[in-house]
Amino acid sequence: MSGKTLSNERAQERASELKNYIVGFILALVLTLIPFGLVAFTDISRMQLYGVIGLCALIQIIVHFRFFLHITLARNKREDLQLILFSVLILAIMCGGTLWIIFNLYTRMIPSLAL
Amino acid sequence: MSTQPSQHPGLNLGAPHAEAHSANEEFVFGFWVFMMSDLIIFGLLFATYVTMLGGQAGGPGPSDLFEMKSAFIETMLLLVSSFTFGMASLSLKYREDKKWLIIWLLITLVLGLAFIGHELLDFNKMFDKGGVPSRSGFLSAFFALVPLHGLHVTSACIWLLALLGQIAVYGLDTNVKVGLTRLAILWHFLDIVWIGIFSLVYLGGLA
Repeated sequence: MSGKTLSNERAQERASELKNYIVGFILALVLTLIPFGLVAFTDISRMQLYGVIGLCALIQIIVHFRFFLHITLARNKREDLQLILFSVLILAIMCGGTLWIIFNLYTRMIPSLAL
Repeated sequence: MSTQPSQHPGLNLGAPHAEAHSANEEFVFGFWVFMMSDLIIFGLLFATYVTMLGGQAGGPGPSDLFEMKSAFIETMLLLVSSFTFGMASLSLKYREDKKWLIIWLLITLVLGLAFIGHELLDFNKMFDKGGVPSRSGFLSAFFALVPLHGLHVTSACIWLLALLGQIAVYGLDTNVKVGLTRLAILWHFLDIVWIGIFSLVYLGGLA
């Protein structure tokens, strides 16, 4: 498969990184199939369904960061991780604030539209 | 070796690519800053979409417009393309035949284009059912969010084509390597945004 033969150490490193990608892919596949399967083939209550979909999405996002983007707790990734976590904090404040204010408006002004 | 090999798609070029390796560090961090601005845009469009769910103005709603099967096909296309881009990154890092790098990149490109084509067909079907952006607040929010992701995938495909052209002209020089590692971040990141879209928009709407 490779044009040049790799040294033993490099070949091992390559195998472990390949395994990393395959594990990530399988985990992502399972975490996709669970919510799609539940929505397509079962009729459990809507609230439970939302819970499972949200949980699977959250875990899958972490799987993608960990296995595909290689954002881990290792020291040389610390800056990237801090940047991402800070952005997520800002995003949470902005999204949470938007939803809070708009749904508050809904319930006060047009009760029929409150979800 | 006491130092842990770095596995960042940007930083993981490693010793044999010394020049590209050090050029990459700040480029990749800067690119992450840019991706985070994208994250904020998508996050706020998600919030807008949720607040607009109630504003359907008597028009077609999620259960009239969305199809589980096409959402699933699009999800699979994007997930597999993310994996094949990972394989391309490995080929680059371990300096295998340029042939394998190009094969993986071409598979990724085809999967990306298939995703865009499928999404356009999907929108076309929605238009036929009366789901046009101007119909209701809900549809405006939908067409602000989902096609923006499609536009990102389109730009990523154009970028990939440009890089393939650069490989053909310059070979695997430092600029091309640094470009490939940044495109890898964009590609994997767009897959993460799609997780949000299929969970919240499609599955949430069909549940």
